[in-house]
Amino acid sequence: MSARSRILDYTLLAAGLLIAWIALYRFAGPEALSPPLPTFERIGGFLDSASFWDHAEATGIAFLYGCVIALIGGMAIGFALGVNRFAGAVGEPILTTLYSIPKITLYPVILLIFGLGVSAKVAFGAIHGIFPVALFTIGAIKNTSPVLIKTARVLRLPRLTAIRTVYLPAALPEIVTGLRVGFATTLLGTLIGELFASDRGVGFILVRAMEAHRVTDIMALTLLLFAFAAGANALLLAVEHRIHRK
Amino acid sequence: MSRVRLWQLGLVAGAVVLLEVLCRTGVINSFTMVPPTQMFAALAQAALHKTWFWPDVSYTLINIAAAVAISVVGGFLIGLGVHAIPRLRQALDPIFTSYYAVPTFILYPLLIVFCGIGPLSLIVMGALFGIVAMIVATLAALDRIPRVMLKVAKVSRLDPVRTTLLLKLPAAAPHLMTGLRLAVAYSIIGIIAGEFILSTAGIGRRVALSYNNFDNPTMYGLLVLILGFAAGVNALLGAFEQALHRRWYRPS
Repeated sequence: MSARSRILDYTLLAAGLLIAWIALYRFAGPEALSPPLPTFERIGGFLDSASFWDHAEATGIAFLYGCVIALIGGMAIGFALGVNRFAGAVGEPILTTLYSIPKITLYPVILLIFGLGVSAKVAFGAIHGIFPVALFTIGAIKNTSPVLIKTARVLRLPRLTAIRTVYLPAALPEIVTGLRVGFATTLLGTLIGELFASDRGVGFILVRAMEAHRVTDIMALTLLLFAFAAGANALLLAVEHRIHRK
Repeated sequence: MSRVRLWQLGLVAGAVVLLEVLCRTGVINSFTMVPPTQMFAALAQAALHKTWFWPDVSYTLINIAAAVAISVVGGFLIGLGVHAIPRLRQALDPIFTSYYAVPTFILYPLLIVFCGIGPLSLIVMGALFGIVAMIVATLAALDRIPRVMLKVAKVSRLDPVRTTLLLKLPAAAPHLMTGLRLAVAYSIIGIIAGEFILSTAGIGRRVALSYNNFDNPTMYGLLVLILGFAAGVNALLGAFEQALHRRWYRPS
């Protein structure tokens, strides 16, 4: 499909969403939804104010720490369980179960362990992100062609050299997919952590807006977050496509 | 029992025993976590003697069932519609891929204004969480229906409704099961999260109440119940999904 028709599609989609928004606003009234124009003005106001960027920085730092733990920890677990077949058979179902449980229910536990503050947010982000990264890494290594693994064995490569020169390059495309999913879930976890347990950050302003029922603020922040998540996702998706094509 | 199963059982049991020992010896203090035996005792106590237990459990379960029903049926129908229009699908794709990166329950306060505090808000919340997973799974499932089957439908002059019911639905079944499993998992998250934030009944609200009252044993007991329930349902559906896969894609 040509670039022009794609742009047309997105424009039509945006127009459709805008119409749906206005219709919902007409239907529900100003106490439930804010109209588009004031919402965009509020977004501009947020982006202009220094205090918003302070909060955004707090979120960003927690997210960064969470990402580092989730991505590196997840890959380490993934490699440990992926390279050793038996350990993988034992560990993978356990990881799948841990991935599937509603981690949002653990927020009181995280609060009791870490208290209010940045470590609770980081922990929340990391427990959301680490399992998908680990599972994708295990899957990627399992799908590595047996010929490559046999070659590594025939050459008697030490385990770490084998991981660096054989397993990692072979599994890279799928690992990147895992990193993208891990990135998204870590962001989600960090924001959830901020909603329940923090005194700074974007999630914190959001929860304050929720409590004070400032509808325009809620809508503006929601749109900002969605735009950020969608943008980051599109960027990582583009990277992923490039690696997959190689 | 296979060696793998034994190891898994051993690992889980070992973790529980370790937690018990750490809690009993005071390495982890009782304000942070209570020993697992005490969690189970508190859970049994609540189930047997507390009048709120069964009404709250059934309230949450009914809401989850309703949310799952809406997200599975609605997600399948929307997926079917979107799949039929490739351009619409391409335009919606960014929404689908980044949907789960945004904490959807920030919309919950707005939902309360729409639907009031009560089961309706919770069900809509759960359905909003689950439906996109089902849509995405439906799209993936429809992609995998062999072309030849659709040609057979055309040759047999089946109308669209019968093509869907007789051909697309069964052919896509294993992948639709993946969607069902995810929709259940997400609906549980959505409803429990909604109950945490604001509701008048339900197990999630009980957890929040016990947390506020420093009633750690009851809180951990209820958490064990929720996590166990979610993991159990997920394992059950996962096993069913794999059985379907094996039946459908049997090497012949």
